[in-house]
Amino acid sequence: MKNINKTTDEFKKIVQKEQPPVNKTANFFKAFLVGGTICLIGQVFQELYMAFFNYSQQDAGTMATITMIFLGGLLTGLDIYDEIGQFAGAGSLVPVTGFANAMVAPALEYKQEGFIIGIGANLFSIAGPVLAYGMVSAFIVGLLQTLFGG
Amino acid sequence: MAVKTKGQTFVFANPPHIVAHASIVGPEESKGPYSEYFDLHLDDAKYGEDSWEKGEERMAANAVDLSLDKASVTAADVDLMLGGDLLNQLITADFVARDLDTPFLGIYSACATLVEGLSLGAALMDGGFADCVVAFASSHYQTAERQYRTPLEYGVQYPPYKQFTVTAAGSYVLGWLGGDVWITHATMGKVIDLGVTDPNDLGSAMAPAAAEIILQNFKDLNRSPADYDLILTGDLGLTGKKVLTTLLEEKNIMAGDKLMDCGGEIFGGQEQYGSGGSGVGASAAFFGSVIIPRMKAGEFRRVLFVGTGALLSALTVKQKESIPAIAHAVVVEKIPGG
Repeated sequence: MKNINKTTDEFKKIVQKEQPPVNKTANFFKAFLVGGTICLIGQVFQELYMAFFNYSQQDAGTMATITMIFLGGLLTGLDIYDEIGQFAGAGSLVPVTGFANAMVAPALEYKQEGFIIGIGANLFSIAGPVLAYGMVSAFIVGLLQTLFGG
Repeated sequence: MAVKTKGQTFVFANPPHIVAHASIVGPEESKGPYSEYFDLHLDDAKYGEDSWEKGEERMAANAVDLSLDKASVTAADVDLMLGGDLLNQLITADFVARDLDTPFLGIYSACATLVEGLSLGAALMDGGFADCVVAFASSHYQTAERQYRTPLEYGVQYPPYKQFTVTAAGSYVLGWLGGDVWITHATMGKVIDLGVTDPNDLGSAMAPAAAEIILQNFKDLNRSPADYDLILTGDLGLTGKKVLTTLLEEKNIMAGDKLMDCGGEIFGGQEQYGSGGSGVGASAAFFGSVIIPRMKAGEFRRVLFVGTGALLSALTVKQKESIPAIAHAVVVEKIPGG
């Protein structure tokens, strides 16, 4: 006979009472602020590419995305992006910089195991599901368009 | 054989002494309020090696060597070595033992491993099977994070009650002569699971196991908090300690200020470390380096040292299993007249 014989529901109530609360409202605003700022920086790059390099709007958008991916990777390597992530949550996870972070973080981590079975095998360990289901959804949408899009 | 058992508690007829202890802590722990108590501090988590795992191995090996030096014995004098860590297949402890000329048993109860080692070591000595035992354990932030969670630099948001794995190793030499404290009892715990599934809240998952073993120790020895100067838990963190306090109070056990948690203390309760430290290194380094000197100084005469372990793996978390936990306890007393 155990000394502690609580049900999981009874125990859950104690845990909920003692855990420091997660401030969802604050997290919402932090995510909005940081996510918006990241998008603003991307927009500034797009405008600059158009103004100074005579890119078309579409090409400038592509160049801005490439720049943001570079910055996301750089900040990951400099041990800064995870700090931003702790503050911003989804705000830094959702933009393309977050995708760069999800690729560079495992690359850094698994470098110790070498280029093939380390980096190569683990590069997509976080971003893999996004790519897999991104491609599956693209396939389904493409199929539907072919069949019914006319 | 003079060994008696009361309930789940071994009562040692000849309590083995903790002859010597050594600890090594990592960079973050070196910034904490207890930094000066630890023997060696690493400013590089890899300890000059080319991987974190090798760094942890070197840290644990050096802690063992240092404890042997302090006890003035060699590895060949040791009858048995009991060691464990948090990594799959106990690679740290196994690889440390590879370089030593000593019989070795690898043991695992997650962050309760060190107390398991002290319990088993004391039991084997009192039972007449050994005269000198080494018990050691280690944990490492980087090696544990990559095994249990996501890559370090991944920008995921952790809740305020998350604990951070302590980078530390501690090694204890048990013998019959020397030292200031001895192990008088050991209480062996049961695995408890009250359905916590959040791997960020290991403190809450382990608190029922800690409460269970404390109540069992009191029951077996007919004791209460008044009989102890300190009840030291391993790594419940600040949140887990609160849950433990509530569970004990429901059973009319008012431990109050006598409760202390190694993980909750080691980083000094700073917000950036969430609920505090976790990992067996916390108790392995903290008890020997911080508490034993305070026992020697007479501040505590009798301490109930409770190791707490969350028995999860990265796989069980993905399979949505709840987190079982275990706790073991040893009673450590200042040697009378010592």
